[in-house]
Amino acid sequence: QGKFTLLRDTRTDGSFLVHHFLSFYLRAGCKVCFVALLQSFSHYSIVAQKLGVSLAAAQEQGQLVFLEGLKSCLDLLFGEKEQPGESSPLQFLSGSTSDLRALFDFVRVSLTPSAQDSWKGPVLLVDDLSVLLSLGAAPVAVLDFTHYCQMSVCCQLKGNVVVLVHSNEDSEDEENELLVNSLCHHSDLILWTEGLATGFCKDVHGQIKIIKRLSLRQAAEQDLVQIYQYKIQDRNVTFFARGLSAAVL
Amino acid sequence: VFTEEDKYGLYSNLLFKYFLAEGVVCGHDLFVASAKEHPDNILKELPAPLLDDSYGKELGDEGAAKSEDFQDSMKIAWRYQNLPKMEASPTTHTKFGHYYDISKKMSPELCQSVKWHSFYLHEELSSEPAMRAWNMNSGYAKLLQSLQRIISQEGFDGSDPQKKQRNVLRIGIQSLGSILWGDDVCCSDCPEDPHSLTKFLYVLRGLLRKSLSACIITVPTHLIQNKAIMERVTNLSDMVVGLESFIGSERETNPLYKDYHGLVHVHQIPRLNSLICDVSDTKDLAFRLKRKLFTIERLHLPPDLSDTVSRASKQDLAGSAKLLSSGCGAVAIGKRHLDF
Repeated sequence: QGKFTLLRDTRTDGSFLVHHFLSFYLRAGCKVCFVALLQSFSHYSIVAQKLGVSLAAAQEQGQLVFLEGLKSCLDLLFGEKEQPGESSPLQFLSGSTSDLRALFDFVRVSLTPSAQDSWKGPVLLVDDLSVLLSLGAAPVAVLDFTHYCQMSVCCQLKGNVVVLVHSNEDSEDEENELLVNSLCHHSDLILWTEGLATGFCKDVHGQIKIIKRLSLRQAAEQDLVQIYQYKIQDRNVTFFARGLSAAVL
Repeated sequence: VFTEEDKYGLYSNLLFKYFLAEGVVCGHDLFVASAKEHPDNILKELPAPLLDDSYGKELGDEGAAKSEDFQDSMKIAWRYQNLPKMEASPTTHTKFGHYYDISKKMSPELCQSVKWHSFYLHEELSSEPAMRAWNMNSGYAKLLQSLQRIISQEGFDGSDPQKKQRNVLRIGIQSLGSILWGDDVCCSDCPEDPHSLTKFLYVLRGLLRKSLSACIITVPTHLIQNKAIMERVTNLSDMVVGLESFIGSERETNPLYKDYHGLVHVHQIPRLNSLICDVSDTKDLAFRLKRKLFTIERLHLPPDLSDTVSRASKQDLAGSAKLLSSGCGAVAIGKRHLDF
């Protein structure tokens, strides 16, 4: 409850974690607001079906609020003149404002429980935050957005927030590195997926570092770090201790 | 599909034309956009498709000759006899797509058989369509508007339920990001509007996702100095392929690469609608341009047969071999390599 989880990937694609969290929280009966900036609804829907969850059904029942970034962007740029009073969550694209307030309002409105809602805690899922930088938002604006989300969803509504960002070791993208470092400091849990240092391998797709940031809540505690390796399959991901993949044993 | 151009643009142009030619042969509609040369000229230069029989026979002959050799049992390396023969080039069994003869041009009748739309930047700039404040480079904005217009008019986005036959739109955009498009991202380290290119790609992605279309873009990445933009562009693309030609570089004379004209780097492969992506066994691909064909093959290291193998040349080869297995972004890229 009230946790901010950061999903971070380096030299590999950590989106399988996003799919996992999406189906996990939906199965648990939570109300989910999913800000999907990079892929279409059908992509997530097809994978979720393999994991045993129907996104369309969840959406109909009001359990899932799905913001499809790509579609929203097209509507903003190609749509007819907006009616007064209605603004797109991605308003910052048109340059009229430089902050992500519209996006935050969208999140807040979707997750505020209404009278007839009977879902368990609210959850905000974002895939992925680095895209906002590519679209012209300043890193400060993005950090403000995550801060507001953390305050309202985690603290006020006692829900969880899960956010995905990309990062690279020798990245020259300073804005992105700034964003990622700052988010790391504010997260309760960091799931960091990396490609293997020794290169590509068919049986081990990467390694995941799980960092429980106990030092965030209590001053004297040290962060707990665990490292596993994983292999992604069609419907499942198997985790194992380092060096003990099925291909080796 | 995002192709990083090689230095002189020769080979990436070839890939670009292959993509469009495949569209013509499959009966797809085409949309060609360029700021460099008029799309009409591009379309006149498409390679002619090879009739199935002739190519199949050619490859069949080669294949037959090879298999005869391999029937002889190996004497020294007998342990390797049981391994499957390594297929360097596509076999006759797997027929996916068509083959083309680049020494011949596609016939005008075949070209005319499909519907195609063109966007030549310099022509479009003179016209003045209604433009809202898009906060983006005007060349890119016009291209997006034109694309969106074609997609909705021709019904590629399924907006016209009357249309029974749904077709695919193949979009080709040449040399995006170059100075000819009005974007200075290729000239300076701190471009005026660093987000134009990435915003363009995002909106394009949206358009592609909601319609039946596929797009190939070639970009002269060797000119882009701001690496941050390249990283963002890679993240926004489904598939990224880099072509590195050997022309003018020291690798041209390197004995390691004597059979090939360049390397193919697959930086990213699409991971759509699934948790996994289709990763092939090997990451080392090279291309070569024969008189009639452009082939992409697995890179073989030639056997080290010389008597006097000096230290220097061995290290040289090892250095090049290190660059080969650099891995694929969607799965893993390693920096350190285990030395044996």
